[in-house]
Amino acid sequence: MELFRSHVLVCGGTGCTSSGSAQIIEQFEKHIAERGLEREIKVVRTGCFGLCEAGPVVIVYPEGAFYSRVKPEDVNEIVEEHLLKGRIVQRLIYKGDGAAPERERSLDKIGFYKKQKRIALRNCGVIDPENIDEYIAMDGYQALAKVLGGMKPMDVVNTVLESGLRGRGGAGFPTGLKWKFAMGGATPKYIVCNADEGDPGAFMDRSVLEGDPHAVLEAMAIAGYAVGASQGYIYVRAEYPIAVKRLGIAIGQAREYGLLGKNIFGSEFDFDIELRLGAGAFVCGEETALFSSIEGERGEPRPKPPFPAVKGVFGGPTIINNVETLANIPQIIVRGPEWFSAIGTEKSKGTKVFALGGKVNNTGLVEVPMGTTLREIVYEIGGGIPGGKAFKAAQTGGPSGGCIPAEHLDTPIDYDSLAAIGSMMGSGGLIVLDEDDCMVDIARFFLEFTVDESCGKCPPCRIGTRRMLEILERIVSGKGEPGDIDKLIKLGSTIKRTAMCGLGQSAPNPVLSTIRYFRDEYEAHINEKRCPAGHCKALMRYIIDPDKCKRCGICARACPVGAISGDKTRPYTIDPAVCVKCGLCIEKCRFGAIYTK
Amino acid sequence: MKTLKELNEIRAKTLDSVNLRKQRIGTRVVVGMATCGIAAGARPVLMAFVDEVARRALRDVMVTQTGCIGVCRLEPLVEVYRPGEDKVTYVNVKPEQVARIVSEHIVNGNPVDEWTIGAADKE
Repeated sequence: MELFRSHVLVCGGTGCTSSGSAQIIEQFEKHIAERGLEREIKVVRTGCFGLCEAGPVVIVYPEGAFYSRVKPEDVNEIVEEHLLKGRIVQRLIYKGDGAAPERERSLDKIGFYKKQKRIALRNCGVIDPENIDEYIAMDGYQALAKVLGGMKPMDVVNTVLESGLRGRGGAGFPTGLKWKFAMGGATPKYIVCNADEGDPGAFMDRSVLEGDPHAVLEAMAIAGYAVGASQGYIYVRAEYPIAVKRLGIAIGQAREYGLLGKNIFGSEFDFDIELRLGAGAFVCGEETALFSSIEGERGEPRPKPPFPAVKGVFGGPTIINNVETLANIPQIIVRGPEWFSAIGTEKSKGTKVFALGGKVNNTGLVEVPMGTTLREIVYEIGGGIPGGKAFKAAQTGGPSGGCIPAEHLDTPIDYDSLAAIGSMMGSGGLIVLDEDDCMVDIARFFLEFTVDESCGKCPPCRIGTRRMLEILERIVSGKGEPGDIDKLIKLGSTIKRTAMCGLGQSAPNPVLSTIRYFRDEYEAHINEKRCPAGHCKALMRYIIDPDKCKRCGICARACPVGAISGDKTRPYTIDPAVCVKCGLCIEKCRFGAIYTK
Repeated sequence: MKTLKELNEIRAKTLDSVNLRKQRIGTRVVVGMATCGIAAGARPVLMAFVDEVARRALRDVMVTQTGCIGVCRLEPLVEVYRPGEDKVTYVNVKPEQVARIVSEHIVNGNPVDEWTIGAADKE
């Protein structure tokens, strides 16, 4: 076997690919070849390392040197200095978290990784996802071998039950129970992986699929054995081209090795997986709509019951699990349910992956034990808020979730504590908001998304969410009326009770939770026609400070709509009825006399 | 794939390769690879260490490189760091000496005194 003295790991996740990691790999290969080092140094394209903010990321082993924001023209220097001469290129080493500079900055020393515990993401950024041998080297397919080598289906289900694993797609239903429900009943049965990750700003599942696709395939085969299914479907968004490509490669390699197909490991068990590409409808992440879409029907939800475990895709009993949920399964089998249930809180076991975004320094992908506080995630892992601004809230769960205000920063994050404060775990999107963000506008943004994505089948969702959006649009444009807040609450709670599927039932959450914690902001918009965060353009006012105004008249000449009047004898003023808030006057004033409120 | 044995064979075959990407605390072998080291022939020495460590399947030994250690006249220089022990510096190392350094020092813990910098200084 070939042995290399050094490995260059280049992130090939979507984030780093879009910032040019493909050219970086090309450059590495070119410069390494120029110096005749091909036999000594191996270049590996891996999945996401998580610190997308600092991308493209390159890690060089055995030193574990962590290079960030690498440009193609930097590669020659890394090859010449580090790979040839063994001098780490300090200039490119990640220094983002402000700790004292050390000579060798390696992964585990960085604050971003210190508090993390990687189970679902354990192979992301470590192995080459297009090479099944590397997955096998990291104990891949050992769980499937263990299951087929002597565990009864009931033992498998009990192991998953005892581990306490709950669905990572958002609702948090116990995974083992889901499997148990599908054990009896009609045949054929199906295993479906829900990879239709649609929340704005969420990319946990994409990263698992891109970085460790075999973990999902292995888990699906294990689920198939547990309930007696021989066919699996992965429903993945077509907007994830890298994930789709790597899944395709992974399925091909697994079939070639006989890890999918007939008589796996010489047993009686057959299992195969097919990909189904979603065309980008958010509602297809709802399980029953997803089934319709797999069957080739229009992506609309069906009433529940019957639940998927009884009647799912093609009318057969179906287990449907989210990508991250499945990625935990092989390790629960190999390391035992006690190992898994020792991590996390009393009712939420294991870890959760979050896509950290918004007003935070280290945007990226993080995996933390359940029970980690929001403060640890935002300040210790996320590196705080840019510009030293104040934390206002964190939005979790995307368009189905709610927000967590500053007073709950120390709440341990798990399914139940988030539900208790009116938010939800959700699939893992975590957007940090600071003092400049308007909570009413955030609620409007998410509701606009759900209104767009409503399939239209049931009236509460189709009509109700649209009426709510109209009220919110009125409020942010300064036309809010007394009583609007109560109308929103009434409409919202009715929609939650009466909508047919999860999309509609959770659509009012962003509005209801912002009203719960930031009612004063709603009231300021409606009663005082004022946006406390200074965000809503329609409510912004441009004002000239009479003490600072030198009466030069430049602003009045610059104003395109003639909203400014005044002369040498009296300070200039802006008529708010005429002003179009273009900001030109602020730009032109040499004395800084104009401000917004 | 019909048996667990086949799976474990693939695992063993690839493990060495992937193992490089883990942080670990074992012995570090550092070869001076600045201009002086390369000119004196450090590259074949480095590769000899890589091959020897692989041949013996020493999983917690990391072979790496560094810049100029300072005594260019004694290159190629190799420093061996064993956890909890003082580092040992070998000088004028040639590829054919590598097997003995690995077997006596890295595996068995007895530095090869006559090739260390202390011995070279007495000459």
